[in-house]
Amino acid sequence: MSHPQLPVVEPEAEAGHDPGRRALLQATAAGAAIASLSACGVDVEAFFRKHFRELSPEELKRTIAKIEADEKQRFGKAVHVGTQGPMPGVFFGYGLDLSRCIGCRRCVYACVKENNQSRADPQIQWIRVLQMDKEHGVDLSHAEIYYEPETVPQPDKFYFPVQCQQCRDPPCVKTCPTQATWKEPDGIVVIDYDWCIGCRCCMAACPYGARHFNLATPTLPAEELNPEQHYLGNRPRPKGVVEKCTFCIQRTRQGRYTACVEVCPVGARKFGNLLDPESEIRKVMETKRVFVFKEELATHPQFYYFYAT
Amino acid sequence: MTERRGVDARWWRATGLAAAAALLLQGRPAAAADPADPKPVTAKSTVADKGGAPPPAEPLISANAPPFSEGIFPCSGCHDPKDPPNTRRRELSFHDEQQSVLSHGEGRWCLDCHDARNRDELHLTSGELVPFTESYRLCGQCHGAKYRDWKVGVHGKRVGQWNGAKTYFLCVNCHNPHTPRFKGVKEVVVDGRTVVTPTLTLIHPMPRPRRPEENHP
Repeated sequence: MSHPQLPVVEPEAEAGHDPGRRALLQATAAGAAIASLSACGVDVEAFFRKHFRELSPEELKRTIAKIEADEKQRFGKAVHVGTQGPMPGVFFGYGLDLSRCIGCRRCVYACVKENNQSRADPQIQWIRVLQMDKEHGVDLSHAEIYYEPETVPQPDKFYFPVQCQQCRDPPCVKTCPTQATWKEPDGIVVIDYDWCIGCRCCMAACPYGARHFNLATPTLPAEELNPEQHYLGNRPRPKGVVEKCTFCIQRTRQGRYTACVEVCPVGARKFGNLLDPESEIRKVMETKRVFVFKEELATHPQFYYFYAT
Repeated sequence: MTERRGVDARWWRATGLAAAAALLLQGRPAAAADPADPKPVTAKSTVADKGGAPPPAEPLISANAPPFSEGIFPCSGCHDPKDPPNTRRRELSFHDEQQSVLSHGEGRWCLDCHDARNRDELHLTSGELVPFTESYRLCGQCHGAKYRDWKVGVHGKRVGQWNGAKTYFLCVNCHNPHTPRFKGVKEVVVDGRTVVTPTLTLIHPMPRPRRPEENHP
Protein backbone atom coordinates (compact mmCIF):
# COMPACT_ATOMS: atom_id res chain seq x y z
CA MET A 1 0.00 0.00 0.00
CA SER A 2 1.51 3.29 -1.07
CA HIS A 3 0.88 6.67 0.56
CA PRO A 4 -0.09 9.59 -1.62
CA GLN A 5 2.75 12.02 -2.16
CA LEU A 6 2.59 14.78 0.48
CA PRO A 7 3.70 18.29 -0.43
CA VAL A 8 7.11 18.98 1.03
CA VAL A 9 8.06 22.44 2.29
CA GLU A 10 11.46 23.41 1.11
CA PRO A 11 13.40 24.36 4.27
CA GLU A 12 15.39 27.05 2.48
CA ALA A 13 12.42 28.40 0.49
CA GLU A 14 12.29 31.73 2.35
CA ALA A 15 15.99 32.16 2.79
CA GLY A 16 16.43 34.52 -0.04
CA HIS A 17 13.55 36.85 0.92
CA ASP A 18 14.05 40.45 1.86
CA PRO A 19 14.07 40.80 5.71
CA GLY A 20 12.28 44.15 5.45
CA ARG A 21 9.41 42.52 3.61
CA ARG A 22 9.25 39.86 6.31
CA ALA A 23 8.96 42.43 9.12
CA LEU A 24 6.25 44.18 7.16
CA LEU A 25 4.36 40.90 6.76
CA GLN A 26 4.66 40.20 10.48
CA ALA A 27 3.39 43.65 11.40
CA THR A 28 0.49 43.25 9.00
CA ALA A 29 -0.34 39.87 10.49
CA ALA A 30 -0.27 41.30 14.01
CA GLY A 31 -2.49 44.15 12.91
CA ALA A 32 -4.92 41.70 11.35
CA ALA A 33 -4.90 39.62 14.53
CA ILE A 34 -5.75 42.66 16.66
CA ALA A 35 -8.46 43.68 14.23
CA SER A 36 -9.98 40.21 14.37
CA LEU A 37 -9.75 40.20 18.19
CA SER A 38 -11.57 43.46 18.25
CA ALA A 39 -14.14 42.16 15.79
CA CYS A 40 -14.74 39.16 18.10
CA GLY A 41 -15.74 41.55 20.89
CA VAL A 42 -12.49 41.15 22.83
CA ASP A 43 -11.37 44.23 24.74
CA VAL A 44 -8.00 44.79 23.04
CA GLU A 45 -6.68 47.01 25.82
CA ALA A 46 -7.51 44.36 28.43
CA PHE A 47 -6.07 41.64 26.18
CA PHE A 48 -2.66 43.31 26.17
CA ARG A 49 -2.84 44.51 29.77
CA LYS A 50 0.18 43.69 31.92
CA HIS A 51 -0.08 41.26 34.82
CA PHE A 52 -1.40 42.94 37.96
CA ARG A 53 1.89 42.44 39.77
CA GLU A 54 3.88 43.98 36.93
CA LEU A 55 1.86 47.14 36.54
CA SER A 56 3.71 50.25 37.65
CA PRO A 57 1.75 52.62 39.90
CA GLU A 58 1.22 54.90 36.88
CA GLU A 59 0.01 52.08 34.66
CA LEU A 60 -2.22 50.79 37.44
CA LYS A 61 -3.84 54.19 37.79
CA ARG A 62 -4.53 54.35 34.05
CA THR A 63 -5.83 50.78 34.05
CA ILE A 64 -8.21 51.42 36.94
CA ALA A 65 -9.50 54.56 35.25
CA LYS A 66 -10.13 52.56 32.09
CA ILE A 67 -11.95 49.77 33.96
CA GLU A 68 -14.08 52.24 35.89
CA ALA A 69 -14.97 54.12 32.71
CA ASP A 70 -15.87 50.89 30.91
CA GLU A 71 -18.10 49.81 33.78
CA LYS A 72 -19.77 53.21 33.91
CA GLN A 73 -20.58 52.87 30.25
CA ARG A 74 -21.81 49.30 30.60
CA PHE A 75 -23.86 49.65 33.80
CA GLY A 76 -24.65 53.35 33.84
CA LYS A 77 -23.34 53.95 37.33
CA ALA A 78 -20.12 55.01 38.98
CA VAL A 79 -18.03 52.24 40.48
CA HIS A 80 -14.90 52.16 42.59
CA VAL A 81 -12.29 49.54 41.76
CA GLY A 82 -9.84 49.22 44.63
CA THR A 83 -6.38 47.70 44.57
CA GLN A 84 -5.68 47.65 48.28
CA GLY A 85 -2.91 45.25 49.17
CA PRO A 86 -2.61 42.92 52.14
CA MET A 87 -2.31 44.40 55.62
CA PRO A 88 1.02 43.60 57.27
CA GLY A 89 0.77 41.10 60.12
CA VAL A 90 -2.52 39.72 58.92
CA PHE A 91 -3.15 36.13 57.85
CA PHE A 92 -6.81 35.41 57.42
CA GLY A 93 -8.61 32.44 58.89
CA TYR A 94 -12.20 31.39 58.48
CA GLY A 95 -14.27 29.19 60.77
CA LEU A 96 -17.53 27.47 60.04
CA ASP A 97 -19.55 25.95 62.86
CA LEU A 98 -21.17 22.78 61.53
CA SER A 99 -23.21 22.38 64.69
CA ARG A 100 -24.95 25.69 63.94
CA CYS A 101 -25.43 25.82 60.15
CA ILE A 102 -29.08 25.21 59.23
CA GLY A 103 -28.58 25.08 55.46
CA CYS A 104 -30.74 28.12 54.70
CA ARG A 105 -28.44 29.27 51.81
CA ARG A 106 -28.61 32.94 52.88
CA CYS A 107 -24.81 33.02 52.51
CA VAL A 108 -24.98 31.79 48.90
CA TYR A 109 -27.15 34.68 47.78
CA ALA A 110 -25.41 37.33 49.88
CA CYS A 111 -22.17 36.24 48.21
CA VAL A 112 -23.68 36.36 44.71
CA LYS A 113 -24.88 39.90 45.36
CA GLU A 114 -21.72 41.17 47.01
CA ASN A 115 -19.38 39.66 44.46
CA ASN A 116 -21.24 40.40 41.22
CA GLN A 117 -21.65 36.79 40.18
CA SER A 118 -23.56 35.84 37.07
CA ARG A 119 -27.20 35.39 38.04
CA ALA A 120 -28.33 32.91 35.40
CA ASP A 121 -27.04 31.35 32.19
CA PRO A 122 -24.50 30.72 33.49
CA GLN A 123 -25.56 30.70 37.13
CA ILE A 124 -22.46 31.07 39.27
CA GLN A 125 -22.43 30.58 43.04
CA TRP A 126 -19.18 30.56 44.92
CA ILE A 127 -20.72 28.88 47.98
CA ARG A 128 -22.22 25.43 47.71
CA VAL A 129 -24.16 24.09 50.69
CA LEU A 130 -24.11 20.32 50.95
CA GLN A 131 -26.79 18.50 52.88
CA MET A 132 -25.39 15.42 54.56
CA ASP A 133 -26.74 12.62 56.72
CA LYS A 134 -25.98 12.73 60.41
CA GLU A 135 -25.84 8.97 60.19
CA HIS A 136 -22.89 9.06 57.77
CA GLY A 137 -21.08 12.17 58.96
CA VAL A 138 -18.94 14.19 56.56
CA ASP A 139 -19.16 11.88 53.57
CA LEU A 140 -19.35 13.22 50.03
CA SER A 141 -21.00 10.06 48.80
CA HIS A 142 -24.00 11.02 50.94
CA ALA A 143 -24.12 14.72 50.02
CA GLU A 144 -26.86 16.59 48.21
CA ILE A 145 -26.68 20.17 46.96
CA TYR A 146 -30.10 20.37 45.31
CA TYR A 147 -32.07 19.85 48.52
CA GLU A 148 -35.24 21.90 48.72
CA PRO A 149 -37.38 20.99 51.72
CA GLU A 150 -40.11 23.30 52.98
CA THR A 151 -38.12 24.17 56.09
CA VAL A 152 -34.55 23.76 57.31
CA PRO A 153 -32.86 22.15 59.12
CA GLN A 154 -34.28 18.72 58.34
CA PRO A 155 -34.05 16.19 61.14
CA ASP A 156 -31.24 13.66 60.65
CA LYS A 157 -29.46 16.05 58.29
CA PHE A 158 -26.64 18.51 58.73
CA TYR A 159 -25.33 21.13 56.36
CA PHE A 160 -21.82 21.60 55.07
CA PRO A 161 -21.13 24.80 53.12
CA VAL A 162 -18.11 24.64 50.82
CA GLN A 163 -16.30 27.54 49.18
CA CYS A 164 -12.67 28.34 48.35
CA GLN A 165 -10.59 27.02 51.23
CA GLN A 166 -7.71 29.46 50.51
CA CYS A 167 -5.18 26.63 50.74
CA ARG A 168 -1.69 27.34 51.95
CA ASP A 169 -0.47 24.95 49.26
CA PRO A 170 -3.04 25.62 46.54
CA PRO A 171 -3.11 23.09 43.70
CA CYS A 172 -4.91 25.61 41.50
CA VAL A 173 -1.97 28.02 41.71
CA LYS A 174 0.51 25.26 40.91
CA THR A 175 -1.35 24.26 37.80
CA CYS A 176 -2.07 27.68 36.27
CA PRO A 177 0.00 27.96 33.07
CA THR A 178 -0.11 31.77 32.94
CA GLN A 179 0.36 32.64 36.63
CA ALA A 180 -3.02 34.31 36.49
CA THR A 181 -3.78 33.03 39.99
CA TRP A 182 -1.57 33.29 43.06
CA LYS A 183 -1.62 33.43 46.84
CA GLU A 184 -1.34 36.82 48.49
CA PRO A 185 0.63 37.37 51.72
CA ASP A 186 -2.60 37.60 53.76
CA GLY A 187 -3.55 34.17 52.45
CA ILE A 188 -6.15 35.06 49.84
CA VAL A 189 -5.83 33.19 46.56
CA VAL A 190 -6.65 35.73 43.87
CA ILE A 191 -7.10 35.75 40.10
CA ASP A 192 -6.03 38.38 37.57
CA TYR A 193 -9.00 38.04 35.21
CA ASP A 194 -7.05 39.66 32.39
CA TRP A 195 -4.43 36.94 32.53
CA CYS A 196 -6.78 33.98 32.86
CA ILE A 197 -6.90 32.18 29.52
CA GLY A 198 -9.85 30.01 30.54
CA CYS A 199 -8.00 26.71 30.27
CA ARG A 200 -9.70 25.51 33.47
CA CYS A 201 -6.68 23.54 34.66
CA CYS A 202 -7.24 25.14 38.07
CA MET A 203 -10.80 23.86 38.16
CA ALA A 204 -9.56 20.36 37.49
CA ALA A 205 -6.90 20.74 40.17
CA CYS A 206 -9.16 22.13 42.91
CA PRO A 207 -10.42 19.31 45.14
CA TYR A 208 -13.18 21.50 46.56
CA GLY A 209 -15.04 22.50 43.39
CA ALA A 210 -14.46 26.07 44.46
CA ARG A 211 -13.64 27.52 41.04
CA HIS A 212 -16.31 28.48 38.55
CA PHE A 213 -16.11 29.25 34.86
CA ASN A 214 -17.90 31.97 32.91
CA LEU A 215 -18.98 29.82 30.01
CA ALA A 216 -20.89 32.79 28.60
CA THR A 217 -20.89 36.51 29.27
CA PRO A 218 -22.10 36.83 32.88
CA THR A 219 -25.61 38.16 33.34
CA LEU A 220 -25.45 40.95 35.87
CA PRO A 221 -28.36 43.40 36.12
CA ALA A 222 -27.09 46.99 36.38
CA GLU A 223 -29.33 47.76 39.34
CA GLU A 224 -27.82 44.84 41.26
CA LEU A 225 -24.18 45.69 40.51
CA ASN A 226 -22.11 46.17 43.66
CA PRO A 227 -20.11 49.31 42.84
CA GLU A 228 -17.58 48.77 45.64
CA GLN A 229 -15.08 46.50 43.92
CA HIS A 230 -11.53 45.16 43.99
CA TYR A 231 -9.30 44.51 40.98
CA LEU A 232 -8.60 40.96 42.17
CA GLY A 233 -12.06 40.36 43.55
CA ASN A 234 -15.58 41.25 42.60
CA ARG A 235 -15.14 43.47 39.54
CA PRO A 236 -17.36 42.14 36.75
CA ARG A 237 -15.68 39.30 34.90
CA PRO A 238 -15.59 38.83 31.14
CA LYS A 239 -16.67 35.66 29.40
CA GLY A 240 -14.17 32.80 29.47
CA VAL A 241 -12.46 33.33 32.82
CA VAL A 242 -12.46 31.46 36.09
CA GLU A 243 -13.60 33.03 39.35
CA LYS A 244 -13.82 32.06 43.02
CA CYS A 245 -14.30 33.22 46.60
CA THR A 246 -11.73 35.81 47.67
CA PHE A 247 -12.84 36.15 51.32
CA CYS A 248 -14.59 39.31 50.06
CA ILE A 249 -11.19 40.94 49.45
CA GLN A 250 -12.89 44.30 48.82
CA ARG A 251 -14.37 44.17 52.35
CA THR A 252 -11.85 42.28 54.45
CA ARG A 253 -8.89 44.39 53.39
CA GLN A 254 -10.87 47.35 54.71
CA GLY A 255 -11.30 45.55 58.04
CA ARG A 256 -14.88 44.50 57.42
CA TYR A 257 -16.37 41.04 57.82
CA THR A 258 -17.20 39.07 54.69
CA ALA A 259 -20.74 39.21 53.30
CA CYS A 260 -21.41 35.57 54.25
CA VAL A 261 -20.36 36.19 57.86
CA GLU A 262 -22.66 39.19 58.13
CA VAL A 263 -25.69 37.48 56.62
CA CYS A 264 -25.49 34.13 58.41
CA PRO A 265 -28.61 34.07 60.59
CA VAL A 266 -27.15 31.58 63.06
CA GLY A 267 -23.69 33.08 63.49
CA ALA A 268 -22.05 29.91 62.21
CA ARG A 269 -19.40 31.81 60.26
CA LYS A 270 -16.31 33.25 61.96
CA PHE A 271 -13.59 35.34 60.43
CA GLY A 272 -10.43 36.97 61.66
CA ASN A 273 -6.67 37.24 61.80
CA LEU A 274 -4.93 33.95 62.60
CA LEU A 275 -1.92 35.90 63.89
CA ASP A 276 -3.97 37.73 66.53
CA PRO A 277 -4.38 35.53 69.63
CA GLU A 278 -7.47 37.53 70.66
CA SER A 279 -9.31 37.04 67.37
CA GLU A 280 -12.50 35.02 67.12
CA ILE A 281 -10.90 32.48 64.81
CA ARG A 282 -8.06 31.86 67.25
CA LYS A 283 -10.52 31.39 70.10
CA VAL A 284 -12.33 28.85 67.95
CA MET A 285 -9.13 26.98 67.18
CA GLU A 286 -8.02 26.95 70.79
CA THR A 287 -11.30 25.85 72.37
CA LYS A 288 -13.29 23.85 69.81
CA ARG A 289 -12.99 20.66 67.79
CA VAL A 290 -11.61 21.88 64.49
CA PHE A 291 -10.88 20.08 61.23
CA VAL A 292 -10.10 20.94 57.62
CA PHE A 293 -11.87 19.47 54.63
CA LYS A 294 -9.96 16.73 52.75
CA GLU A 295 -7.05 17.00 55.12
CA GLU A 296 -5.44 13.96 53.48
CA LEU A 297 -4.70 16.02 50.35
CA ALA A 298 -2.35 18.30 52.31
CA THR A 299 -3.71 21.47 50.76
CA HIS A 300 -3.60 23.05 54.24
CA PRO A 301 -6.71 25.21 54.02
CA GLN A 302 -7.14 28.47 55.88
CA PHE A 303 -10.80 27.52 56.14
CA TYR A 304 -11.66 25.53 59.26
CA TYR A 305 -14.79 23.60 60.11
CA PHE A 306 -15.61 23.17 63.76
CA TYR A 307 -18.21 21.92 66.19
CA ALA A 308 -18.99 24.37 68.96
CA THR A 309 -21.14 21.85 70.81
CA MET B 1 -54.21 51.98 73.69
CA THR B 2 -53.81 54.27 70.69
CA GLU B 3 -52.93 57.02 73.12
CA ARG B 4 -50.28 54.81 74.70
CA ARG B 5 -48.80 53.86 71.33
CA GLY B 6 -48.37 57.59 70.63
CA VAL B 7 -46.55 58.10 73.89
CA ASP B 8 -44.33 55.08 73.21
CA ALA B 9 -43.48 56.27 69.75
CA ARG B 10 -42.40 59.61 71.14
CA TRP B 11 -40.32 57.87 73.80
CA TRP B 12 -38.57 55.78 71.19
CA ARG B 13 -37.96 58.76 68.96
CA ALA B 14 -36.44 60.65 71.87
CA THR B 15 -34.27 57.63 72.69
CA GLY B 16 -33.23 57.29 69.08
CA LEU B 17 -32.27 60.96 68.86
CA ALA B 18 -30.27 60.78 72.06
CA ALA B 19 -28.50 57.66 70.82
CA ALA B 20 -27.73 59.36 67.50
CA ALA B 21 -26.38 62.37 69.36
CA ALA B 22 -24.20 60.12 71.49
CA LEU B 23 -22.92 58.46 68.30
CA LEU B 24 -22.03 61.78 66.74
CA LEU B 25 -20.37 63.14 69.85
CA GLN B 26 -18.34 60.09 70.78
CA GLY B 27 -17.80 58.47 67.41
CA ARG B 28 -19.08 55.21 68.83
CA PRO B 29 -21.47 52.80 67.19
CA ALA B 30 -24.97 53.50 68.45
CA ALA B 31 -25.44 51.22 71.40
CA ALA B 32 -28.92 49.98 71.97
CA ALA B 33 -28.54 50.79 75.65
CA ASP B 34 -30.84 53.36 77.09
CA PRO B 35 -28.81 56.57 77.05
CA ALA B 36 -30.14 57.35 80.50
CA ASP B 37 -28.23 54.30 81.69
CA PRO B 38 -24.52 55.13 81.60
CA LYS B 39 -23.38 51.53 82.11
CA PRO B 40 -21.62 50.40 78.92
CA VAL B 41 -21.82 46.96 77.42
CA THR B 42 -19.29 45.02 79.43
CA ALA B 43 -18.01 42.45 76.97
CA LYS B 44 -14.36 42.90 76.09
CA SER B 45 -13.34 43.80 72.59
CA THR B 46 -11.27 41.64 70.33
CA VAL B 47 -8.99 43.78 68.28
CA ALA B 48 -6.37 42.93 65.76
CA ASP B 49 -3.27 44.84 66.66
CA LYS B 50 0.48 44.35 66.40
CA GLY B 51 1.31 45.50 62.96
CA GLY B 52 -2.10 44.62 61.57
CA ALA B 53 -4.56 47.19 60.34
CA PRO B 54 -4.15 50.65 61.82
CA PRO B 55 -5.77 50.13 65.20
CA PRO B 56 -9.26 51.64 65.25
CA ALA B 57 -9.61 54.60 67.59
CA GLU B 58 -12.25 53.16 69.92
CA PRO B 59 -13.04 49.52 69.22
CA LEU B 60 -16.20 49.48 71.23
CA ILE B 61 -18.66 46.68 71.07
CA SER B 62 -22.29 47.56 70.99
CA ALA B 63 -25.27 45.29 71.22
CA ASN B 64 -28.13 44.98 68.81
CA ALA B 65 -31.48 46.30 70.04
CA PRO B 66 -33.62 43.87 72.03
CA PRO B 67 -36.48 42.61 69.84
CA PHE B 68 -39.50 44.06 71.61
CA SER B 69 -42.95 43.81 70.06
CA GLU B 70 -44.39 46.97 68.58
CA GLY B 71 -45.27 49.51 71.28
CA ILE B 72 -44.60 47.14 74.19
CA PHE B 73 -41.72 49.02 75.80
CA PRO B 74 -41.43 50.69 78.29
CA CYS B 75 -43.38 48.19 80.37
CA SER B 76 -44.03 50.86 83.01
CA GLY B 77 -46.39 52.37 80.46
CA CYS B 78 -48.93 49.80 81.65
CA HIS B 79 -47.34 48.50 84.85
CA ASP B 80 -47.54 51.61 86.99
CA PRO B 81 -44.66 51.40 89.50
CA LYS B 82 -47.02 52.77 92.14
CA ASP B 83 -49.38 49.80 91.80
CA PRO B 84 -48.62 46.95 94.21
CA PRO B 85 -47.33 44.06 92.08
CA ASN B 86 -49.28 40.82 92.03
CA THR B 87 -46.57 38.19 92.36
CA ARG B 88 -48.93 35.20 92.54
CA ARG B 89 -48.31 32.54 89.88
CA ARG B 90 -51.37 32.56 87.65
CA GLU B 91 -52.61 32.45 84.10
CA LEU B 92 -52.15 35.89 82.53
CA SER B 93 -54.82 37.46 80.40
CA PHE B 94 -52.56 39.98 78.60
CA HIS B 95 -49.14 38.36 78.11
CA ASP B 96 -50.75 35.06 77.16
CA GLU B 97 -48.75 34.84 73.93
CA GLN B 98 -45.55 34.61 75.96
CA GLN B 99 -47.04 32.39 78.61
CA SER B 100 -48.57 30.02 76.07
CA VAL B 101 -45.20 29.30 74.47
CA LEU B 102 -43.21 29.32 77.71
CA SER B 103 -40.84 26.40 77.48
CA HIS B 104 -37.64 27.25 79.28
CA GLY B 105 -36.55 24.77 81.89
CA GLU B 106 -38.75 23.44 84.68
CA GLY B 107 -41.28 25.54 86.59
CA ARG B 108 -40.07 28.89 85.26
CA TRP B 109 -42.24 31.91 85.88
CA CYS B 110 -42.21 35.52 84.57
CA LEU B 111 -40.88 37.09 87.75
CA ASP B 112 -37.85 34.79 87.83
CA CYS B 113 -36.36 37.19 85.27
CA HIS B 114 -38.68 40.19 85.05
CA ASP B 115 -38.56 42.50 88.03
CA ALA B 116 -41.86 43.06 89.83
CA ARG B 117 -40.95 46.48 91.17
CA ASN B 118 -39.16 47.89 88.13
CA ARG B 119 -40.92 46.47 85.09
CA ASP B 120 -38.56 48.20 82.67
CA GLU B 121 -35.67 46.03 83.83
CA LEU B 122 -34.80 42.44 84.53
CA HIS B 123 -33.11 41.09 87.63
CA LEU B 124 -30.37 38.58 88.34
CA THR B 125 -30.84 35.92 91.01
CA SER B 126 -28.88 38.24 93.30
CA GLY B 127 -31.61 40.83 92.89
CA GLU B 128 -29.36 43.17 90.91
CA LEU B 129 -31.30 44.95 88.18
CA VAL B 130 -30.13 44.64 84.57
CA PRO B 131 -31.56 46.60 81.64
CA PHE B 132 -33.02 44.70 78.70
CA THR B 133 -30.00 45.76 76.65
CA GLU B 134 -27.78 43.66 78.96
CA SER B 135 -30.02 40.63 79.21
CA TYR B 136 -27.02 38.41 78.33
CA ARG B 137 -25.86 38.80 81.93
CA LEU B 138 -29.10 37.22 83.05
CA CYS B 139 -28.79 34.36 80.53
CA GLY B 140 -25.16 33.87 81.54
CA GLN B 141 -26.15 32.98 85.11
CA CYS B 142 -27.17 29.50 83.96
CA HIS B 143 -25.58 29.24 80.51
CA GLY B 144 -22.04 29.99 81.60
CA ALA B 145 -20.22 28.05 78.88
CA LYS B 146 -22.27 29.68 76.13
CA TYR B 147 -21.80 33.07 77.77
CA ARG B 148 -18.01 32.64 77.75
CA ASP B 149 -18.10 31.60 74.08
CA TRP B 150 -20.36 34.55 73.23
CA LYS B 151 -18.05 37.05 74.91
CA VAL B 152 -15.08 35.98 72.77
CA GLY B 153 -17.17 35.74 69.61
CA VAL B 154 -17.29 31.96 69.21
CA HIS B 155 -21.02 31.67 69.93
CA GLY B 156 -23.50 34.03 68.33
CA LYS B 157 -23.19 36.58 65.64
CA ARG B 158 -21.29 39.83 65.18
CA VAL B 159 -21.29 42.30 62.35
CA GLY B 160 -18.96 45.19 61.58
CA GLN B 161 -15.16 45.10 61.56
CA TRP B 162 -13.14 41.95 62.12
CA ASN B 163 -10.34 44.17 63.41
CA GLY B 164 -12.37 46.86 65.11
CA ALA B 165 -15.80 48.03 66.21
CA LYS B 166 -18.47 45.44 65.90
CA THR B 167 -22.05 44.92 66.92
CA TYR B 168 -22.99 41.88 68.95
CA PHE B 169 -26.32 40.22 68.71
CA LEU B 170 -27.94 39.67 72.09
CA CYS B 171 -28.97 36.15 73.10
CA VAL B 172 -32.58 37.27 72.65
CA ASN B 173 -32.01 38.43 69.07
CA CYS B 174 -31.83 34.76 68.10
CA HIS B 175 -33.38 32.86 71.02
CA ASN B 176 -36.84 33.75 72.23
CA PRO B 177 -36.21 33.84 75.99
CA HIS B 178 -39.62 32.30 76.65
CA THR B 179 -38.96 29.36 74.32
CA PRO B 180 -35.24 29.47 73.67
CA ARG B 181 -34.65 26.51 71.34
CA PHE B 182 -33.42 28.08 68.08
CA LYS B 183 -35.82 27.90 65.13
CA GLY B 184 -34.86 30.80 62.89
CA VAL B 185 -34.55 34.58 62.80
CA LYS B 186 -36.03 37.40 60.77
CA GLU B 187 -35.52 41.14 60.50
CA VAL B 188 -38.46 43.25 61.56
CA VAL B 189 -39.01 46.98 61.83
CA VAL B 190 -40.37 47.78 65.25
CA ASP B 191 -41.05 51.35 66.32
CA GLY B 192 -39.00 52.62 63.40
CA ARG B 193 -35.86 50.55 63.98
CA THR B 194 -34.77 47.32 62.35
CA VAL B 195 -34.13 44.52 64.80
CA VAL B 196 -33.36 40.85 64.42
CA THR B 197 -35.91 38.75 66.19
CA PRO B 198 -36.32 34.99 66.64
CA THR B 199 -39.10 33.20 64.81
CA LEU B 200 -41.31 30.59 66.43
CA THR B 201 -41.08 28.32 63.39
CA LEU B 202 -38.29 26.94 61.21
CA ILE B 203 -37.37 29.06 58.17
CA HIS B 204 -37.44 28.27 54.44
CA PRO B 205 -34.20 27.72 52.58
CA MET B 206 -33.30 29.96 49.63
CA PRO B 207 -33.69 28.40 46.16
CA ARG B 208 -31.46 25.48 45.27
CA PRO B 209 -28.79 26.00 42.62
CA ARG B 210 -29.64 25.05 39.05
CA ARG B 211 -28.76 21.61 37.90
CA PRO B 212 -26.21 21.56 35.05
CA GLU B 213 -28.90 20.62 32.52
CA GLU B 214 -30.92 23.67 33.56
CA ASN B 215 -28.16 26.10 32.55
CA HIS B 216 -28.41 27.32 28.97
CA PRO B 217 -25.40 29.45 28.19
